[in-house]
Amino acid sequence: MSLTSTQSGDARVITVSADRIDAAMAIQFKEDMRAETEGGPDRIILDLSAVTFIDSSGLGAIVASMKQLGANRKLDLAGLTPVVDKVFRLTRMDTVFNLFASLDDALADGVN
Amino acid sequence: MNLNRRRDGFALSFRATELEARAGICAVASQLKERGLSEDKAGDVEIALAEAINNVVEHAYTGIEPGKVRVRCTFHVNRLDVRICDMGHPLPSNQLPAGEAANLDVDRQDLPEGGFGWFMIRQIASDISYQREEGHNLLSLGFDLPCTQP
Repeated sequence: MSLTSTQSGDARVITVSADRIDAAMAIQFKEDMRAETEGGPDRIILDLSAVTFIDSSGLGAIVASMKQLGANRKLDLAGLTPVVDKVFRLTRMDTVFNLFASLDDALADGVN
Repeated sequence: MNLNRRRDGFALSFRATELEARAGICAVASQLKERGLSEDKAGDVEIALAEAINNVVEHAYTGIEPGKVRVRCTFHVNRLDVRICDMGHPLPSNQLPAGEAANLDVDRQDLPEGGFGWFMIRQIASDISYQREEGHNLLSLGFDLPCTQP
């Protein structure tokens, strides 16, 4: 399991401990996300600050994780490192997700 | 994985499995940084290279025993050439895919979960060519480098 989750206010924070979300782990990631997001709050914050690389398979797994949440819940992304941030911008997936520079920023946004 | 260092670059090869591909991609990125590429530029090359190699693993060797993937990086004055060679199936119609941007203007449940690879390669690489020769696929990716690079 590459994910750990904690509750913070009205959000569930899921932290990725792997340094890469790539083709070799995309399916496992999606399954782990399903397990970690079963039930619980409507807002999920995925903390990506430990992830230094993502490929299109990993990106697809994050999109799939958002879709499997259902319509009334949302997946926000926090702590994108430079390469991860670039992949989201290149593919314009930065227009689909809310991206926060850090977990603190993501949590502060939920308060306001 | 085999790694050969040369004066003007390096070459490596590995078997076309997801895990060996990951190790190969990481090795290329670390060699590029060792040879003075910035984190930013090495990150760009790693994104494009990973997509190209994942395509080989997922498509070129689909349904057959995974063979070798060979990657050769050559530095020029202001340019890096990356050649990726495999002995798998050719690209469809022996042509580079168009790699158009995915349509994101759809309902959430219809968002694409793939098909970003060639688009990203085309966004990052300054030129791309593909040749099918004698049972080999040869993909060449060129990347512009600042003039101060080796």
